[in-house]
Amino acid sequence: MTFLTYLISGLALGSVYAIIALGYTMVYGIAKMLNFAHGDIIMAGGYVAFYAFSKFGLPSYLCIILSIAVSTIIGVIIERLAYKPLRQASSLSVLITAIGVSYFLQNAAQLMFGSDTKIFPAMLTEGSLKMFNGQLTISYLTIITIVTCIIIMVGLTAFINKTKIGKAMRACAEDKGAAQLMGINVDTTISVTFAIGSGLAAIAAVLLCSTYPSLSPTLGSMPGIKAFTAAVFGGIGSIPGALLGGMLLGVIENLTKAYISTQLSDAIVFTVLIIVLLIKPTGLLGKKENVKV
Amino acid sequence: MNPVLEVKNLGIDFGGLTAVNNLDMEIYPNEIVGLIGPNGAGKTTVFNMLTKVYNPTRGQMYLDGTDIEKMNTVEVNKAGVARTFQNIRLFSKLSVIDNVKVGMNNHFEYSLFDMIFHTRKRNENERLIEEKALDLLKIFNLHELKDVEASALPYGAQRRLEIARALATNPKVLLLDEPAAGMNPQETEDLMNTIRFVRDQFNIAILLIEHDMSLVMNICERIYVLNYGTLLAKGSPDDIKNDEKVVKAYLGD
Repeated sequence: MTFLTYLISGLALGSVYAIIALGYTMVYGIAKMLNFAHGDIIMAGGYVAFYAFSKFGLPSYLCIILSIAVSTIIGVIIERLAYKPLRQASSLSVLITAIGVSYFLQNAAQLMFGSDTKIFPAMLTEGSLKMFNGQLTISYLTIITIVTCIIIMVGLTAFINKTKIGKAMRACAEDKGAAQLMGINVDTTISVTFAIGSGLAAIAAVLLCSTYPSLSPTLGSMPGIKAFTAAVFGGIGSIPGALLGGMLLGVIENLTKAYISTQLSDAIVFTVLIIVLLIKPTGLLGKKENVKV
Repeated sequence: MNPVLEVKNLGIDFGGLTAVNNLDMEIYPNEIVGLIGPNGAGKTTVFNMLTKVYNPTRGQMYLDGTDIEKMNTVEVNKAGVARTFQNIRLFSKLSVIDNVKVGMNNHFEYSLFDMIFHTRKRNENERLIEEKALDLLKIFNLHELKDVEASALPYGAQRRLEIARALATNPKVLLLDEPAAGMNPQETEDLMNTIRFVRDQFNIAILLIEHDMSLVMNICERIYVLNYGTLLAKGSPDDIKNDEKVVKAYLGD
């Protein structure tokens, strides 16, 4: 039973990673860049939800909506100001800019909110579900997290495959030049991608901060890196890959913590990543890019 | 009659190299015009300027009297210029029908609200898109393969799908870059009929680059010949066949 408990909480952690990994993987798939500031959008989303709930006393659903809205706007502004001017630049310049944006956001947060750790309120739910005569306890938060992740995955897959904008995104992911010649506005499409990724980061922020209720300006970096790892693990650019990578990473991390060593858990997680990439360099679900001649 | 596409004194330099110079060209409505010339003559460069992939260094370009020189690639496409590519550039991971639907993106507007709530407007638009896309695929005999991934199509079918996708953007002028490249004689024959059919059905002008002279002489009403980036000759297929300069450019002295 304890194994099942660890497994389920691992799936919940993995769900958060997967939601964050979507942001990395979509932006990489379409804009072909690694947005290392993505983790800090999580932090921004966390602070917005925190202030809306604790200081202004808004109901939790409004806090979440507000957090999504603000994060989306921040994401789009970052793309417009920092990345769009570098559309033609080398990917290394864009990468370094992204790291710069990441530090900028962390320091801005420190300036605005102070560097002290704040306690994130339980805005979603408390209590837990007891099963098998109390042998198995699952908190409602865990259930909400996993269900949210599944809803997002299903919704996003439908969006990408069925809608006009989704098709434009897939077209841009393959060949921006040809997409433009078919009348697709690549800038708008990239903005939409950032908007979706950042909105999802805000959802991840609320889930993450509710599970680990401490809020600080560097909150986003570790989950950001883990989620990036999950995206690479599953095959960067692939949406099901982000789900698979996130879930596996969360489960492996939790089980290692439970049965092997808490201190070594990150080391073991990354070792698994390295082994997977040695065997399958494109990640679990990644496809080999066809090189054009 | 006014030309649907008109370029005057068009030219482009890459660094010190003049790739195209002093090009004057008029395409009239419903015409099929050929653009030929030896390798490296600047034919594809002309297409790239017409679609604003490259910015011309000099000259003017007008579509239906509207200046398209200052527009960007997307705006030129919306204004009515569509093209295919010398080396096929389909969205290979999208299905056949989705490739065509992507081309229609601009012509059916509905908002995010419509999209999320599946309003009647959205459903109506999606139905129209589906219908129009299927009609287009039928013309190119691709409708039975509509759900196949584009990369899985045989070569000739991919070339046809590229034309269908370009037509989906509802152009006034269609630019075809070597549509018959790599096709066998039977496929080329079918392609010629399709090009004629498309012209008649959609009432558009077609400008095509092609090395297959039988195709060019057969379906083009007028021909422009480029050599080293400048216009060498223009006229009817018969004029071009008997033009000394053209023969020289192709065969050498």
